Amino acid sequence: MTPRRVALDGPADVAGWRSAARRLLAARVPPEAVIWSAGDGGDDLFAQTEPLPPVAPENGAVHVPRAFLDLAETALLHSDPGRFDLGYRLLTRVVARRHLIEDEADPDVARLRGLAKAVRRDKHKMTAFVRFREVATDNGPWFVAWFEPEHHIVEATAPFFVRRFAAMRWTILTPERSAHWDSQELSFSASASRSEAPAEDALEDVWRTYYASIFNPARLKVAAMRSEMPKKYWRNLPEASLIRPLIASAARVTAEMVDAPPPEPKKGQRLMAHNAPTVDRDTDALGRLRDAVDGCRACPLWEPATQAVFGEGPADAAVVVVGEQPGDKEDVAGRPFVGPAGALFDRAAVEAGLERRKVYVTNAVKHFKFEPRGKFRLHKTPAPGEIAACGRWLDQEISTIRPKLVVAMGATAARAVLGKAVKVGEARGHILRRADGAEVLVTVHPSYLLRLPDEARKRQEYARFVDDLRSALPYLDAA
Amino acid sequence: MDIAAKLAILADAAKYDASCSSSGTEKRHSAGVKGGPARGIGSTEGAGICHSYAPDGRCISLLKILLTNACAFDCLYCVNRSSSNVARARFSVEEAVKLTLDFYRRNYIEGLFLSSGIIRSPDYTMEQVVRVAKALRVDHGFRGYIHLKTIPDASPELIAEAGLYADRLSINVELPSETSLKRLAPEKDLRAVRRSMGGLRSRIEEAKADKRAPRFAPAGQSTQMIIGADGSDDRAILGTSANLYGSYRLKRVYYSAFSPIPDASASLPLAAPPLMREHRLYQADWLMRFYGFSVGEITEAGGMLDLAVDPKLAWALRRRDRFPLDVQRASREELLRVPGLGKTVVDRILSARRFRALRVEDLRRMRAPVEKALPFIALADHRPSISLLDGPGLRERLAPRPRQMALAL
Repeated sequence: MTPRRVALDGPADVAGWRSAARRLLAARVPPEAVIWSAGDGGDDLFAQTEPLPPVAPENGAVHVPRAFLDLAETALLHSDPGRFDLGYRLLTRVVARRHLIEDEADPDVARLRGLAKAVRRDKHKMTAFVRFREVATDNGPWFVAWFEPEHHIVEATAPFFVRRFAAMRWTILTPERSAHWDSQELSFSASASRSEAPAEDALEDVWRTYYASIFNPARLKVAAMRSEMPKKYWRNLPEASLIRPLIASAARVTAEMVDAPPPEPKKGQRLMAHNAPTVDRDTDALGRLRDAVDGCRACPLWEPATQAVFGEGPADAAVVVVGEQPGDKEDVAGRPFVGPAGALFDRAAVEAGLERRKVYVTNAVKHFKFEPRGKFRLHKTPAPGEIAACGRWLDQEISTIRPKLVVAMGATAARAVLGKAVKVGEARGHILRRADGAEVLVTVHPSYLLRLPDEARKRQEYARFVDDLRSALPYLDAA
Repeated sequence: MDIAAKLAILADAAKYDASCSSSGTEKRHSAGVKGGPARGIGSTEGAGICHSYAPDGRCISLLKILLTNACAFDCLYCVNRSSSNVARARFSVEEAVKLTLDFYRRNYIEGLFLSSGIIRSPDYTMEQVVRVAKALRVDHGFRGYIHLKTIPDASPELIAEAGLYADRLSINVELPSETSLKRLAPEKDLRAVRRSMGGLRSRIEEAKADKRAPRFAPAGQSTQMIIGADGSDDRAILGTSANLYGSYRLKRVYYSAFSPIPDASASLPLAAPPLMREHRLYQADWLMRFYGFSVGEITEAGGMLDLAVDPKLAWALRRRDRFPLDVQRASREELLRVPGLGKTVVDRILSARRFRALRVEDLRRMRAPVEKALPFIALADHRPSISLLDGPGLRERLAPRPRQMALAL
C-alpha cells in the first residue's frame, strides 16, 4: 500500500494534526500508512497526497483521554521530525487501551513525555531569556527582542508576554515566526533575521553592572550556571559577555579579599536613634513577673519556643484557672488560651455562667514543649522537672493575685498547683487545699475533651466539665 | 553618584542573601479583561523564572538590592556592618522604583527583592522599604513579584502594609543558635526575630483562611542561615531549620556558605566558602520536607553530614538491612528512601507498575538514575548482589568521583 501523505500548515500546526488524526482514526487508517509533512523535514517525496477521509459522524465519536490530548498539545511543538507520526501511533494505541497513557514505562508514552518536557523547558527559557531593547517610534517606545527557540514555540509562548507586558508594544523576532503586540492585538509574521532587531539598548550597561555586582567571585560554580543557562542562549544575552572575564578574575578577586590585612574598624557613628523601648515596661508586680518569665532559663524549654506565655486577667481575680502549657497558637501569639483548647474552655465557661473577664487564666508551664513534625508541631507533655522549674512562676502569680479558688485543669496543672502528683479522676469533685491556704478544684484539661473519639462520650464529658466550672461560681460571686 | 555607581554598591551589598525565588505566589497578570485596556504592568504565574545565572551558579530572578548599605548594626559576618570601610550609598524611593520598572520592561527580572541596612530606627527603615513597594503597586500598577526584608520590631501597622504589597516577607535568623548570634551579631535579638516570624505566620494564615482579610504575603515567609561562620554543626543547623519550618511554616530556609567579604573582620574564617557543605544541607533540608526524613535519621552517624555522598545515600549505606526493596510492591514512602529515586521518578513507578512487572529497562526509560538505585532494589529481571549490598565496596562504588565544582569553561 502506498502511504498516505498528510500535509500540515506549518511545523506548529497541532490543530491541523488533531483534526486530520481524528478523521484518519475514524477511517481506521493504521499509523504505518500515514506520512505527516509539516514542511520541516521528514517528508517522503514518493508518498502520495490523498484527500483525507471524510468526517464520518457515526465513527467520529472516538473518545480520546484528556491526558493524552494535553500531552500531545505540548509535545508536538518539538522539532523532532517524527513527532506527528509518534503522536498518531500513540493515539491509535490509547484509543484501544485508555489507561495506556498512565503507563510511564511504555516506550511511546515515555518518548512523548520526553518531547513534551523538552518543549516546556524551551518555552520556559523563552520567558526567561528574551531581552527587549527599547526603540523610539513616532507613537512612543516599542520593545523589540531577537530570540532563537529550539522548538516551534513562538505562538504558544506569546500569550505569556501579552499577560505580562499588555500595556507595552513589543515584537519578538525569531528565525521561524515573529510575534507582535501593539497593546491591542497579538499577531504573527514570517521569519526574521537578527539584523532586523535593534543592536543595543542604553540600559544594558546598567544591567551588566548589576550582573557583575550580584556575582560572588568566592563561589564559582560554572557547571551549575551552564546547566541552567546553556551556552546556546549566550549570544542573545547582553550580560553573557561578562561571563568569561568574571570567571577569569574570580580567583584573584577572592585572594585579594582573603589576603587583605585586617582592616582598621571604621569609627562608627551611630546611625540609629535608640528609641524608647517598644514594649512599655510593666511596673506592677504581675508586670514585673511577666518581664522576668521571658528571660527564664531554668529549664531547656525556652530555646525552641517563640516566647514565654504569661497569664492574663485581673490582678485581683477571685478565681485563677491553670492549664498545662501554651500550645502552638499561644506560643506564636504570646497569649494564653487562644488555641482550640482555649476556645473550648471559653465556651464551657460561658455555659457555666462564669464571667470570663473576671477570671485570671495561666499555665503551669510557660513555654511550649513540642516536637517539630514537618510543617507542624506535636505537643509534648512537660516532664516533672520542667513543671517544677516553672513552679516558682506559678506560685508567684498565685501569691500575687491571692485568689479564693485555683482551678487546675489536667494532671500537669494539678501537680503544679498542689506540688505533688495527683490522679485527676480521683481528685475531681472535691475541694482541695494548697499549702498557702487557697482552695483548689481539679478538673480535666479541655484538650482531653477534644481528643475523645466517641461523640456521645464527648458530650457527656463536656457536660461534666461545665459542671465542674459551675462549682467555681460561688467564689466569683462572693468577691 | 549616578545610578550605575549606586547599583554597583547596593547590589554588591545584597548578594549575600541567597534567596532569589519568585515562585509560589498568587497568579496575576496585567492583560485587560475582555479586550479592555491593560491594567498596570507585570504578571506572576506560579512557577518562578530565573532570568539569568551568574558564574556562581545562582539564579538571577529579581533585582536584589539594598535601599541603603549604611547600617547601625555591627554584625561581624556582614559586609555592611557599621565598622566596615566599604563605600556607602543610598537609593531614593523613586530611583529604586524606576530601576525596577526599567529592568522589568526589558524582561531582565521577575521583580524586586528589597532589603536595607538598619538606619535611624526599625520603623524608619521599614517605612522606607514599604514606600518603594507601595509606589510600585499603587502608583505604577506593578503586578510582578516583590520580596521585602522585614525588620524585626517594626510596628504592626508597617508590617501589615508590607504584607499588603509584598509577595514574600523574610527575616534572617543568620545563625543557628542564640549563643552564636550574641557573639557575632550582638545587636540582633533572636527572641525578637522569632516573635516577628510568629507574627508573620499568624497574619499569613489569617489572610489565607479568610478571603475578606487584607492580603498578606501570599508567597509566605522564608529565612536564611549562614553556614561556617560559627562552630555550629549540621545537626544543630538542621534542628534549627526543623524548628523554624514547624513553628512558623516557612516556605524555605536558605543556607549561605560564609564566604570572604571585602574588608572582613579578622575574627572570622577567611577561607573558601564551604560550598559542598552548603549543598549537602540543602539536600538534607529537602529530605526533611519532602521525603519524610527526620533530623535524627539524617544525622544519626554524627553531627556533620558526609561530604562525599549525599545524605540519602549515606542513610541507605547505614541502613542496608532495609534493602533490597521490591519496587513492584514497596510503598511510596519506602521508594522515596531509595538512593537516586526522586519524587518524579517514584510517581512514574507507582503509575507504571499497575501495568507491568517493572524491569531495569523500564526504569531507564522513566529516567531513573539506574546505576545508583540498582544495588538497593529488586526488579522483575534484577536481583541485587547481596555481597555487594553488604560488602565494603558499595560506598566507594557509588560515591561520586571528586570533581571540582568550579570547572572552567
